[in-house]
Formats: sequence, structure tokens, C-alpha cells
Amino acid sequence: MSESEQSMVLGHSAAMEPSPYAIPSRKLAMWLFILSDACTFGALLFAYGYLRTASPNWPTPFKCFPSILHVSIMTVVLITSSLTMLGAVDASKSGEKSKAVRWLGITMVLGAVFALLHIREWAGMIHEGVRLFENPWGSSLFGASFFSITGLHLLHVISGVIAMGVIARGYSRGSLSAGHVESTALYWHFVDLVWMFVVPLVYLMSIARPQ
Amino acid sequence: MEVSSKLKSGISRYIPVYIALLALSGLQVFLAYARLDRNRLLASMLAVAILSAALAIMYFMHMAQERRSFFWSLIPATIFVLLMMNMIWSDSFRLLHMRPF
Repeated sequence: MSESEQSMVLGHSAAMEPSPYAIPSRKLAMWLFILSDACTFGALLFAYGYLRTASPNWPTPFKCFPSILHVSIMTVVLITSSLTMLGAVDASKSGEKSKAVRWLGITMVLGAVFALLHIREWAGMIHEGVRLFENPWGSSLFGASFFSITGLHLLHVISGVIAMGVIARGYSRGSLSAGHVESTALYWHFVDLVWMFVVPLVYLMSIARPQ
Repeated sequence: MEVSSKLKSGISRYIPVYIALLALSGLQVFLAYARLDRNRLLASMLAVAILSAALAIMYFMHMAQERRSFFWSLIPATIFVLLMMNMIWSDSFRLLHMRPF
């Protein structure tokens, strides 16, 4: 074997090292991103708890109708979209391209429905007079914390829908692999997981009770 | 063998977890209207949310199928970081009693 051939083999050997944890590096990177994002949401939710505890006049504005009903529908939509995303992952792993793209399309539609319901919920709050630094009910910090937590989540949902569109297009054209679909699915499930904490802490802990 | 693996493929094998997640979300709404005191309500809400998150991570995100070393490298470290953020609480209680404005 010539020297150049040897160096090529050596050069490639580093790239061919077995992946730690026996998973593709793309998937590992997505997990690391998810964990760092979990800390971002954790910090926001803890800051929300801090402000809420330190404010004796924290508003409890969420009525059964429309807010809690909307949020419940949004939860069902998001959990269902996680299920359809699993359909895309399964289909892509078994090489059923058109089926995988169809499941991705359904997930995108559900994500878009969630985002629209979320924007409608925001519009209702704004109509009732909630702004970033004022609201008609109590602590002026309510609006800032509500819009930043739900806004960051909404941003994740919208980014996820766009990412799914890009992945579906690339996967159907053959430029992206089933691994890309799986990594996107991990992100989407994480978005679902965060919502499971946002709903009880932001909405359900602040429901309006009849006097 | 092939028939049983085909039966287990597709989204049908995730339906029990999906139903469990919907049920846990419903339980949270029920708890919100159950007139518990605030601390007990917060504790129950968090317990249900953590259970939902665990189900989603283990089955939807397939952590249950990964190597154990992967789980033990990532999850405890993240939980530790999240727990460390709890150091703020004493200050929030202080603010409640010593409001500067």
C-alpha cells in the first residue's frame, strides 16, 4: 500500500469510528439540542414561577370557555400530531416514501392548526386588554411572562412545521434520508413535551374561579 | 414471525401511549377544577406533567430502545441542571414579604 493510500485509510478511519451510544451523530446532535432547549424552557418556567410567587396580585384570567376549551383542543391536536409523526418515521424506516410524506403532511397540517388556535387564543387575550407590560387584572408582569413562554413555544411549533416541509420535500426527492425524518420527529415530540408543562403551569394554575 | 412484526409495525403500537397522554392531559384539567389548595395542585400538576413527559421520551422519542448508557449520560445531567434552577425560590418568597415597591 502506498503512502498516499495509507494516509487516506488513516484519514477515513477517524470518520469511521463507531458512534458513541451506537446512534447516528445527527440524532445525537438533535438530542443535545433538545436538552439545551429543555433548559431554556425550564429557565423560563422557573422565572415565571418566581414572578408568580413574588406577586400577590397575579391574575387568574383563564375561563373554562373559551381559554381552557381552546387549550384542551390544542393539546389534543399536538399529541395527535406526535402520533402522525411516528407514522412518518415508521414509513420512512421501511422505505415507503409516499406514505412517509403523507404522514409528514398530516403532521404539518395539525401543527398549522395548533399555531392558528394559538394565535386565536392570543388575539382573545389582547382583545381583553392584555399587553406585554399591562393588563386589566393585576400584576403587570403577567403579560410579559405569558407572551414570552407561549410565544417561544409557538415559535418552536412554526419552526417545526417549516422544518417538516423542507424535510418532506428533500425526502421525497431523495436528497434527504429516513434519518432526517427521525431527527425532525425527535424535535417535534419535544415541542409536544414542552406543551405538557406549559398548559398546567401557565393556564391551569391560573383558571378563573367563580366568586 | 413476519406476520407478527407486520402487525406490530405502523402507528398502532403507539396508540396505548397516545391514549395515556390524552388521559393524563384530561386529568390535569380535572385537577385544575378540583379545588385543591395551591401547593397540592402544583404538586399534582407537576407529577402528571412529569409522567406524560416520561412516556413521551421513552416511547415517542424511543429512548427506551436506545442504549442505557445514552439515557444515563443525558437525562440525569439535564434533571440536575433543572433542579439547580430551583435555588431562586427563597428569593421569590423574600420579595413577597419585603416588596421594595
